[in-house]
Amino acid sequence: MALKGLDIFKLSPKKNCKECGSPTCMAFSMKVAQGAVDVNACPYFSEEAKAQLSEATAPPMKTVKIGTGSEEFALGGETVMERHEKTFVSKTRYAVTLCNCMDDATIDAKLADIPKIEYERIGERMYVEMIYVNYKADGQTDYVELVKKAAALGRTMILGCDDAETAKAALAVCKDSKPVLNGATSKNYEAMNAVAKEAGVVLGVCGADMNEIYDTIKALEGLGNKDLIVDTTAATIKETFANTVQLRRAAIKDGDRTCGYPSIVNLAKLAKGDMHLQSALAAVFTVQYGSIVVMEELTYAEALPLFGLRQNIFTDPQKPMRVDPGVYSINGGDENSICLTTVDFALTYFLVSGELERSGVPCNLIISDAGGLSVLTAWAAGKLSASTIEKFWKEQDIEGKIKSRKLVIPGKVAVLKGEIEAKLPGWEIIIAPTEAAQLVKFLKDM
Amino acid sequence: MPFTAKSGKFNASIKTVTIGTGDKAITLGGENVLPFYSFDAPIENAPKVGIEITDFGLENEPDCIKKYYEGCTTLTDMAKKAASFEGVDFLSFRMEGGDPNGANKSTEELIAALKEVADAVDIPLVVAGSKNAERDSELLSKAAEAVQGRNAIILAAKEENYKTVGAAAGLAYGQIVGAESSVDINLAKQLNVLLTQLGVNASSIAMNVGTATAGYGYEYVASTMQRVKAAALSQNDAQLQMPIITPVASETWGVKESVTSQEDIPEWGDQERRGVDMEVQTAAADLACGSNAVILKHPTSIATISKMIKELV
Repeated sequence: MALKGLDIFKLSPKKNCKECGSPTCMAFSMKVAQGAVDVNACPYFSEEAKAQLSEATAPPMKTVKIGTGSEEFALGGETVMERHEKTFVSKTRYAVTLCNCMDDATIDAKLADIPKIEYERIGERMYVEMIYVNYKADGQTDYVELVKKAAALGRTMILGCDDAETAKAALAVCKDSKPVLNGATSKNYEAMNAVAKEAGVVLGVCGADMNEIYDTIKALEGLGNKDLIVDTTAATIKETFANTVQLRRAAIKDGDRTCGYPSIVNLAKLAKGDMHLQSALAAVFTVQYGSIVVMEELTYAEALPLFGLRQNIFTDPQKPMRVDPGVYSINGGDENSICLTTVDFALTYFLVSGELERSGVPCNLIISDAGGLSVLTAWAAGKLSASTIEKFWKEQDIEGKIKSRKLVIPGKVAVLKGEIEAKLPGWEIIIAPTEAAQLVKFLKDM
Repeated sequence: MPFTAKSGKFNASIKTVTIGTGDKAITLGGENVLPFYSFDAPIENAPKVGIEITDFGLENEPDCIKKYYEGCTTLTDMAKKAASFEGVDFLSFRMEGGDPNGANKSTEELIAALKEVADAVDIPLVVAGSKNAERDSELLSKAAEAVQGRNAIILAAKEENYKTVGAAAGLAYGQIVGAESSVDINLAKQLNVLLTQLGVNASSIAMNVGTATAGYGYEYVASTMQRVKAAALSQNDAQLQMPIITPVASETWGVKESVTSQEDIPEWGDQERRGVDMEVQTAAADLACGSNAVILKHPTSIATISKMIKELV
């Protein structure tokens, strides 16, 4: 809960000594409230007052870090309920689940499938980021051996284990990679807390309902542990959704810090065996408040839409998504294929490239730097003009790379035809239809 | 100390719109909470799922759709079959062939096809146009006349043609007017205002506030729907309280993740599974952001989304 300037002023020394650089303590307090100045700039603020202040100004939801090196992920730290208010900061991460209740052949097949998902989409590497290793007391394979095997893939791990002794043995083989230990309940939290603290890992809190979860978080906070994640998975899909939303809402809207932790949603438990339902629910929990979503499988069928959806949801609502400027070959287009140009606004690129792919006509799509704006906006802002195209042609040495001299320009900027012809001598400039949907027919008729 | 959640129930609610007639009629909207927030208050009417067929019949459909309609030779057969799949609440007939840049079929031909489909089924109907605003102006007006008495959603009146489509569907033939705008809360509201000024009853409007496939600029869809619901519920904005209907299949089955064959990109695996997951995830996200109805086409997608709705409501 944000403190007002006046509340901070009450805690201030009220000396008006100007040593902090502000003319008065009141002015200083106002700046602190806005986040413009750090409270430590004042040499006379008492430690007690500072502690009170940092408690009050702490973010509503904790940022928890798991994994190490390039596989370190920040979870939580959100400040709003919907993405249009302010950017969501920590992406939903997806985990594939393994269990010591599976036979060796199944485990090996699953482990072999995980590295198969590996591709790039708008500059972002897409892959299975996490592995969830579930423990069953009556499992048929050795849990610690399974953890060791899974850890060899180098992904961030979540140990789903509510037996403190087993968890301790499993952490002994993988704690350096900073996994999550998920499985603290109202019954075992003291032992689990000791194991997690000793290994220096984040602890996941589970419970039959929100009351048990809430009390367990309180108890763990009482033991001094705030490196927590909450497993909101309940017996039913409905309850799980309720837990996940209510946890986030209590933290962000009601300022209840006990709820201010990231979540784990285990779809492998909720929709076992139904991959399409898991797929649907993964989308729901990506839109609404799942920090880690655990699935039985993550093949290209689930990954392609899911990673795309996540990329869309976790963007700055004030900044459009952009693709890298350059020459994109479509349908096997080569140096002799016709060229088309448009802007680097990701939505435009996807619509246009999709239609071009559907046409089946080999071509080159040349994306120039237009500041991530749409065609008409870029044109109005002077970021798409004959000069910007000429400049881009020189920078990228388009004439050296491509022999074709046919260039199709967006129908919405048909007015540029003459100017582009003047700037790019030797090129035949063709005007495209105004809507991407008409491109297929247009190209086929050419 | 137990966890005490504050209720997020609103004083305002989404308007209800009933489509169809008799005991097969369905009602969209009515809720006074955010999507699936049944823990705040019961969801008045669960979101509904429709199945889409087009005037091309099976001609342009991928094999993984065709196999479900085996033995169907006419639109009548196809419509009957479509209505029989598990989870189908309504049928959407899209007159894709009306596009002047495509097949450009005659209005008579398309209206005859529509009548054939309408006569084949007794579940609620959605009639969708060619996506070309100028053509739809005439086509959808005729369509509204052709299905008089069915209380169908005519999808859709846009800013360019709302006068003709809105007047025919909403005033002359007593249908529900689908109001289509493209991912902008202000445009959505403006169109509702224009339609009501035209004389269309506010409870005879369903909105299509824009649609996209997951990964393809979906952030605009998500934020538009969320903002529309926030304005409707927390600010009691009567011009944004119409339920939302979102066509999904016509978007998702066109992107490369769904249409690329396994031969072309072997590592992507089975095409059908990919197509279904793209459809299912997009529909699930639409529903979570505020859609009161989605239009799909693969029977597995429909069964999955229908099951998800039952689990969540």
